Amino acid sequence: MVLAREGAHGPVIHAVSDAARERGIVPGSRVVDVQAIYPDLHVETADVAGDTALLERLAVWARRWCPWTVAEAGGIVLDTTGAAHLFGGEAGLLRDIGARFAMQGLRARLAMAPTRGAARMLARFGPDGVICGLDDVADVLVSLPIMALKLPEKSEQLLIRLGLKTLGALEAVPRLSLMRRFAGTVSEANPLILLDRALGRAADPLNAPPDAPRFMARVRLAEPVMDPVPHLDALAENLCGALARAEQGVRRLRLTIYRVDGEWRSRDVATASASRDPAHMVRLLVGKLEGVDPGFGFDLLTLEALWTEPLSLHQDRLDGGRDAGADVAALLDRLTAKLGPEKVTWSAFVQSHVPERVERRVPALAHAPVKPVAAPRARPLRLYDPAEEIAVLYAVPEGPPARFRWRRVIYLTGRQEGPERIAPEWWRDRPGTRLRDYYRVEVQDGRRFWIFRDGVLGDGRGSDPVWFLHGVFA
Amino acid sequence: MVDDSPLGQVIALNQKHLVRKVDGAEGLPAPHLGGGVLRDVVLEQPFDGAAVGFVLACLPDGKGPVLWVQDRSSRLENGRLYGPSLPEFGFGGTILRVEVSHARDVLWAMEEGAACGGLSAVVGEVHGAPPVLDFTATRRLALRAERSDVPVWLIRSGDPGSLSAARERWRIGSRRSGSDPYDPQASGAPVWKAELFRARGRSPGSWEVHHDRSALDPADRLRFLSRSGDGSLAADHDATADIARG
Repeated sequence: MVLAREGAHGPVIHAVSDAARERGIVPGSRVVDVQAIYPDLHVETADVAGDTALLERLAVWARRWCPWTVAEAGGIVLDTTGAAHLFGGEAGLLRDIGARFAMQGLRARLAMAPTRGAARMLARFGPDGVICGLDDVADVLVSLPIMALKLPEKSEQLLIRLGLKTLGALEAVPRLSLMRRFAGTVSEANPLILLDRALGRAADPLNAPPDAPRFMARVRLAEPVMDPVPHLDALAENLCGALARAEQGVRRLRLTIYRVDGEWRSRDVATASASRDPAHMVRLLVGKLEGVDPGFGFDLLTLEALWTEPLSLHQDRLDGGRDAGADVAALLDRLTAKLGPEKVTWSAFVQSHVPERVERRVPALAHAPVKPVAAPRARPLRLYDPAEEIAVLYAVPEGPPARFRWRRVIYLTGRQEGPERIAPEWWRDRPGTRLRDYYRVEVQDGRRFWIFRDGVLGDGRGSDPVWFLHGVFA
Repeated sequence: MVDDSPLGQVIALNQKHLVRKVDGAEGLPAPHLGGGVLRDVVLEQPFDGAAVGFVLACLPDGKGPVLWVQDRSSRLENGRLYGPSLPEFGFGGTILRVEVSHARDVLWAMEEGAACGGLSAVVGEVHGAPPVLDFTATRRLALRAERSDVPVWLIRSGDPGSLSAARERWRIGSRRSGSDPYDPQASGAPVWKAELFRARGRSPGSWEVHHDRSALDPADRLRFLSRSGDGSLAADHDATADIARG
């Protein structure tokens, strides 16, 4: 089995399974070529973005072993300086890492070396789980192939053509002549600089991204107390100060009280928009504190922002007002987030004579609003979709029924207007769709309905026409 | 304590705090078309479009969209608002539709909208008297509307008369329409009966409302006529003395 990604000339192989590697399939070759050799090859699409995201999450998870971790080039680099003794030495640390990854169902190739470059090369091309120190790193690297440097394809081919197939051969060549050849390349593509870094002759620091900021305020009390409310102001002020420095606003808050008997209770509150207003937080929290059991009292309170969003410090307008369009956009976000995109809609208008087709609903997040276009004739304010059948009690030869029943109530037709004939759209409707004659009728108490007769007698499209109520006028 | 109420003894508060003079035109509705106020509209008869027409005619021509929230039972009972008929009502804005299944979500969406100053109005439609639509819920809406200065309308169909904290409560029904000048058979411009049965800051009353769709200014769309009941009003319909321009 292989994973494929899109290449410049059709799909290329991204990664291979063990069985495929044994058959000599290498990543980078084209899928069609390999399929010609192995017709039963199982090809799946690679999720490169998903792999990267997973690797970044794993890199953060790997901070359980040491604080400096970074995901790079399809692997995770850990700077274990001063951390290995916590796990029983370097061998113990590697064993622990391997076991923990295996627990998650992942197989990790591990190597430990005094430099980042050496560890990276050994993990891919060296024996599994190798540990080398500063004095034997040169001996270990000598036998690795030149591919371990991860050079651009052109430089790699050049070195192979020169007969430099291992790092040991590269090391043996006089430095000056090779340096002249690679003088124009960046340091990441220069084999000599990469080798220097791997051997510890050049600096190669690890630039680990900082932890996601965590906003928490706490109050420690000298004596246990029963009522958390007097301390909320200070907590909220502290939290909002920290949020303001990071230009963040809170969407979800958790207040936790730690009781003296070792129990803890927590309450969550959510805000509709990012907020940094301490008074608002206190108001939200006070309403939630009614059912909290303080036991014998508590001596520690924490207020934690579980979910934050950027909330800039700058002012939009000179008079201190807010931008109305941004307000509406934020409202749209909140409505859509809670109710779903198909529930929050704008109207879109279609050129059609059939009343129920004129207006369409489009998700508000994805479309811009359009103003309605006036219909050429009077249209009802409310439309029933689908139209509801009415029972004719007293029909007259011309015009709408003089008496009809709709929803179990009998209506007498007073003044009426019509008919407005709307023909079916033959390019869209099923064959046999009947034309409609619309009437605007006013019933005895002043309500005005829009009723239509589906078809005319003897149009050859079914039996006697049926009447429907389609809308209500104001 | 006064003893003249049908409910028994009531405490008479200082009238000055209860009734505010409305621009010297006491008794005429003169609806503040803007203004962040929660207003209730109750339908006099079921399936009547008059209430929606009245609300549409009262909506201000703001720059922002109107948030229109409807629950499922109201959609089945009264149908959907039909976009192509809106320009006829002089409404030229855009409407953000929210269709939810439960009245609880209607109230949530209305509260969110009432707190958003970028909207020109919020309209909610609820059918029946769901338990969540109680006095507390309407009070929250009213407070939000007053803080953000967004007018909020709540259209309640099939309402048996529940409590509400709305600042104005209207009951709207259809009346026989005026005649069409070109077709004696056809119905003309709509006439509605508008009853303000509870209000804060003005006195309740009952009016016949003509909707003038040709008026350019939204404030001039509704023409309120006092109902005197002696029938003489029909003769001088257009008498300016009785016409209140909102």
